[in-house]
Amino acid sequence: MVEKFDAIVIGAGPSGNAATYTLAKQGLKVLQLERGEYPGAKNVQGGIMYSHELEKIIPDFRDDCPTERHIIEQRVWLLGDDSYVGTNYRSEAFNSDKPNRYTIIRANIDKWWGEQIRKVGGLQICETTVTELIRDPSGKVIGVRTDREGGEIHADVVIMADGVNALLAKRSGLQVEAAPENVALAVKEILFIDPELIQQRFGIKEDEGVVIEIMGKVTKGMVGTAFLYTNKESLTIGIGCLISDFKNGDCPPYKMLEDLKNHPVIKPLIEGAEMKEYAAHMIPEGGYKAVPQLYGDGWMVVGDAAHFNNAAHREGSNLAMASGRMAAETVIELKAAGKGYSASNLAAYKKKLDDSFIMKDLKKYRELPGIMHGNKQFFGAYPDEITAAAHNWFTVDSIDKKSKEKQIMKSFIKRRSVMGLVGDAIKLVRAVR
Amino acid sequence: MSIMVKVEEKLYQNRYIVDESRPHIQIKSAEACQSCERQACTFCCPAACYSKNETGGVTLVTDGCLECGTCRVVCQDKGNIAWDYPRGGYGISYKFG
Repeated sequence: MVEKFDAIVIGAGPSGNAATYTLAKQGLKVLQLERGEYPGAKNVQGGIMYSHELEKIIPDFRDDCPTERHIIEQRVWLLGDDSYVGTNYRSEAFNSDKPNRYTIIRANIDKWWGEQIRKVGGLQICETTVTELIRDPSGKVIGVRTDREGGEIHADVVIMADGVNALLAKRSGLQVEAAPENVALAVKEILFIDPELIQQRFGIKEDEGVVIEIMGKVTKGMVGTAFLYTNKESLTIGIGCLISDFKNGDCPPYKMLEDLKNHPVIKPLIEGAEMKEYAAHMIPEGGYKAVPQLYGDGWMVVGDAAHFNNAAHREGSNLAMASGRMAAETVIELKAAGKGYSASNLAAYKKKLDDSFIMKDLKKYRELPGIMHGNKQFFGAYPDEITAAAHNWFTVDSIDKKSKEKQIMKSFIKRRSVMGLVGDAIKLVRAVR
Repeated sequence: MSIMVKVEEKLYQNRYIVDESRPHIQIKSAEACQSCERQACTFCCPAACYSKNETGGVTLVTDGCLECGTCRVVCQDKGNIAWDYPRGGYGISYKFG
């Protein structure tokens, strides 16, 4: 006999975990399937975890959630060839009882999620790859087939939380392959180091953390960003660019990462650390316009698989957790009302998304991906000019300041022309307004 | 200054559960690779699973695969890569992620 559940959730990442936990906590019979050896085995995140969305699901998560450091300082650096111009924001107010952001090691968090799911009666099964959706003659999704023997499982509703590759939705004709300009490839390493050294180098106490978001020459003119985060006993360093740019370039991602690690302003921060893992993952970057169909008869899609990522604010897992929760709440509400999971009923999930920060934020930045993709100067010419301007301005050499201003302006105009500069300013405003 | 990078040294740190002789990604047609001008998979793959070979085509060794999906995305116009997940429990097993 084929086993039947109220809901099947595919994938044990942030969105699938949020959905499974929410459903199980309300007493629904839920099965979560994960293809990895253990929860987290296939997951990659920078990573920064935001508290607010997790708190909505597990209010007292701080009691035992294995976070790394809470973030008290955010740096944004624009890198030149051998320099950076940057801004820092640091505040003691971030040292509250309930910090807003933490650095995390993804696999630790996903194992913790697994325990939380078990505690509320959810069933999580690993080492199981879902191969296809099962549909009834009307086309309604009624379960999944897995690569296990006799691996057919039925459910009233299936939530696809299988990540950025979203293979299942593509194979089922519910999504098309992502365009290369709509996905980034990021590579990262975790570097272990004496916590004392982390604290000295970044000027922080135990448990306090610093994150550095990086743009500039290190992406070699490609649309992309890099980062350096402080964990308890390790640092994570990574870099990612649009796949369309990697494709048109000729620099392998690992070479780009190595060059970042050897950049004169980065190298002293990671000196002496030991690399323990090298990871790669795609990131959805297409924004609002790349969001696929989100629900249908008997199915919903959440998290990265739904292309939910706010690239401008580096919120991916946050949108994943929120969308997983909303999908689960939709199921809970329909069940309570004695309604089924037809497409028209599951439209309530889309309504929740539209009314929330997820779709509102994605909509706000809908022009950003296209503008960044079509205007490489933001990643090549500007980092050059801005770091050169800073160098000129801060070099004391008896040239009067008015002449310095002229030199800097002239250099910008030479590179971009007056109209080019005005145009770029307009584009930036359009991208974020 | 150019820095030499050995991606093998990076991959050596990773944990893999290799599904012997069952590669989860396959090149569909060797000829299609030979006629591919850029062979972008050879420099886009973060694990250097794809390399140019002496016949002018591309050789794929999936042992170091990080299952990111980039090759499938770069090759979509040619559609010459059959990309699947490894069997449950196999493949890259991130300790930290």
